[in-house]
Amino acid sequence: MKQKKGSGAVTWILLFLAIGMLVYGAAAGQAEAVFTKAVKICMECIGLG
Amino acid sequence: MVKHLRKIIQIAWGVLTNIHIRGFFQGKIYTGPLKRFCVPGMNCYSCPGAIGACPIGALSSALTARSRKFPFYILGFLITVGVLVGRFICGWLCVFGLLEELLYKIPTPKLHIPEKVDKPLRYLKYLVFAVLVIGLPLFYRDDYGSGLPFFCEFLCPVGTLEGGVPLVLLNDVLRPALGWLFRWKFLILILCVLSSVFIYRPFCKYLCPLGAFYALFQRVSVVKLKVDTSACVSCGACGKACGMNVDPHKTPNSTECIRCGECTKVCPKGALSFTAAGRELSPRKRKEPVSHEKETD
Ligand code: SF4
Ligand code: SF4
Ligand code: SF4
Repeated sequence: MKQKKGSGAVTWILLFLAIGMLVYGAAAGQAEAVFTKAVKICMECIGLG
Repeated sequence: MVKHLRKIIQIAWGVLTNIHIRGFFQGKIYTGPLKRFCVPGMNCYSCPGAIGACPIGALSSALTARSRKFPFYILGFLITVGVLVGRFICGWLCVFGLLEELLYKIPTPKLHIPEKVDKPLRYLKYLVFAVLVIGLPLFYRDDYGSGLPFFCEFLCPVGTLEGGVPLVLLNDVLRPALGWLFRWKFLILILCVLSSVFIYRPFCKYLCPLGAFYALFQRVSVVKLKVDTSACVSCGACGKACGMNVDPHKTPNSTECIRCGECTKVCPKGALSFTAAGRELSPRKRKEPVSHEKETD
């Protein structure tokens, strides 16, 4: 079995990239797209097509 | 440690993220600024009480857009959560997971799924994620160029339970629109609810695309379950206490572990604990002095 201590470089690189994506996406207006979808009743979700 | 801490947190989180009580009386959903943010667990944004967005719904719907932009915001959010805590969300901060757990508490004989059936079925959730959440929403287009969020439309029991049922009950105008799709989704919901009485978290084990996504990060996440191999006596008590059928003393960072912590409570040697970036989060009740500690994948 592979043994590991703490969090490796992969963890911190992934975290850095993910936070970068989140911030970039928000700055590019993607949070607004989420908002626009989320404030309307989603017919697909509730089973009305 | 407070007894029932996890239940308290699960319930408090469920209430907090569905605090738009007015919605349940008016049959309307919350439309305030918090809907820009996703919650980390499964929580339909069409639930009258929901104050945040569902990450799987948001991801799927972003992929159906004609613009075909890469969903940086939602994927960034999901990877951040996955890398920080992995499936800890499933054990502590998901309303649907909580519901399944409560249903399992109903005192009935429980069903044991044989390993040769259980094991392949666990891969189904990855298929659901790859095909219904990503693949089909991305590639399928109707005559007008619009896509469909396939998971939300054809499978998700969370949307039916939290959005469909209350909105249909509260809005007369929606009722005439009910058709085969609602009946199909309602059937899936009933199957999920019924099976949860006999099987521990069946939707989480076999179908949930969000659990599948977070599972990908279990081995690299900051928060981990650690086994002190010098203290563990391989008694197997931890594995017996695990509803997800994980053997934490062998695979503490299994993709199936929801980091509920139940195993840490039953270990007679105090050999299991949670760590964040290698540091122990809660002091263990060690029964014997130990010389060294290891994390095992
Ligand atoms: S597997 Fe899905 S439904 Fe289950 S607790 Fe995790 S996010 Fe929630
Ligand atoms: S309960 Fe503790 S001592 Fe027993 S197998 Fe699990 S980790 Fe080892
Ligand atoms: S291994 Fe432990 S923490 Fe993980 S799901 Fe099983 S009981 Fe919960």
